Amino acid sequence: MPIPASSAADSLKVRVFRSDGAQSGRFVDYEVPRQPSQTILDVVTYIQREIDPTLAYRFACRVGMCGSCAMTVNGKARWTCRTHVQTVAGEGQVEIAPLANLPVIRDLVTDMREFFDKWARARGQFVPTATRRDEFAKVSPESPQRRAIDATIECIGCAVCYASCDVVTWNPHYLGPAALNRAWTLVNDVRDGDRTGRLGAVSGDAGCHACHTQQTCTLRCPKHLTPTDSIAGLKRASLLAALRGEIA
Amino acid sequence: MSAARREAYLWLASRASAAVLALCVVVHLATMIVAVRSGLSAADILGRTRGSTTWAVFYAVFVIAVAVHAPLGLRSVLSELVRRQGALLDWTMALLALVLLAGGLRAVFAVTIA
Amino acid sequence: MSSMPRELGLDWRARGHSGWWAFALHRVSGVALTLFLPAHFYVLSRALTGAASLDAFLRWTDQPLVRASEIVLVFLLGAHLAGGLRLLFIEFRGWRAAWQPGLVATVIGVAAICALTFALNLTPHP
Repeated sequence: MPIPASSAADSLKVRVFRSDGAQSGRFVDYEVPRQPSQTILDVVTYIQREIDPTLAYRFACRVGMCGSCAMTVNGKARWTCRTHVQTVAGEGQVEIAPLANLPVIRDLVTDMREFFDKWARARGQFVPTATRRDEFAKVSPESPQRRAIDATIECIGCAVCYASCDVVTWNPHYLGPAALNRAWTLVNDVRDGDRTGRLGAVSGDAGCHACHTQQTCTLRCPKHLTPTDSIAGLKRASLLAALRGEIA
Repeated sequence: MSAARREAYLWLASRASAAVLALCVVVHLATMIVAVRSGLSAADILGRTRGSTTWAVFYAVFVIAVAVHAPLGLRSVLSELVRRQGALLDWTMALLALVLLAGGLRAVFAVTIA
Repeated sequence: MSSMPRELGLDWRARGHSGWWAFALHRVSGVALTLFLPAHFYVLSRALTGAASLDAFLRWTDQPLVRASEIVLVFLLGAHLAGGLRLLFIEFRGWRAAWQPGLVATVIGVAAICALTFALNLTPHP
């Protein structure tokens, strides 16, 4: 049941990016009643349910665990389910757009394929060296490699960092912070069997050396990971591998 | 050499030349800031540098480091401006390196040995 | 598939933070210094034809606008140096992202000190 907006202070002006995927889109204005503890996802959901059912958007868990609801809110990439309206709606206005650096399928929905393709190109998959019949690997939680992994393993692939990176915008082949961050966790995994192949993969024209340490990725990551530091680690590791002749 | 190895080595060249330049620039800035106190004339500059092997070596190293560092930096800037990489850009930057090297060493020669 | 409306410039809402400014300053200063260098080498090379030739040019630099540009160049050189050292520490010593705003402020401070000292030394003292 829609709650009617009784006065200007009780409603929010929302600009939402709309596009049918075929041509360039445009921003459309809506007015949404304010609620206590309202999130941006609540706002988008209200518009789709009560005003315009054709609005397309993505979400899943709505509790800050899956990363599906990531969008650009007032110019910054964020999880909309974890963004309270009162945090971002200065002067009662909010602008909602799809994530940047990704093609738009429709409205607020982006095509994530390239994001995951780059993950694969960075060899962001574990390559096993043992079988179930072997002993468990013994990895000390205090070891420097495991500590490096701990700092960066929690990535859920939401693409907020990817959407926030200028190098991704300016260099179409750049693998991006998430893919490189994942590669770093695997480079530090002593059980992994493709360390040198992976270092070669992250070291090309579009690899870790293209990072300019802008740190927007680290600033925006909702899981407080540090792709900047991971990429710096990859720079060092790939150089050592090259000097040792491990990279072809 | 694969692109991966080349990029790793170019990155090393950029950072190694940066480290050399850090030392050179500190010396150069300090020299300039002190030297400029008494006004800047050719006599002042040349009085310090003419006939000095130390300055000649110092500035030659400075020039070589710059000839490595600047084109590599500009390579990133230009590739992101035009949104592509390639042989044309690389060769242009190599040419810039030669221009800086030649011009710089000539300047060093002019104020030290000539 | 359509694309996001592209602003003519950059969307500053996501960019105006210390790490990004450090990048911008480093890039602008690097390009400016690279453009300056050939001119610098040419001027110094005038010494090949004798000190008088170099002096003639140095007299030209006595103008206020040129002096101001020199001070800006010293600032840019100091900024590129300090910013570069910051990057070397991040990349080789793994300095963490956490204390970056302070570090960036230090970079700009160092550059400003260089420029100010240079500027002060340019003005004649009695």
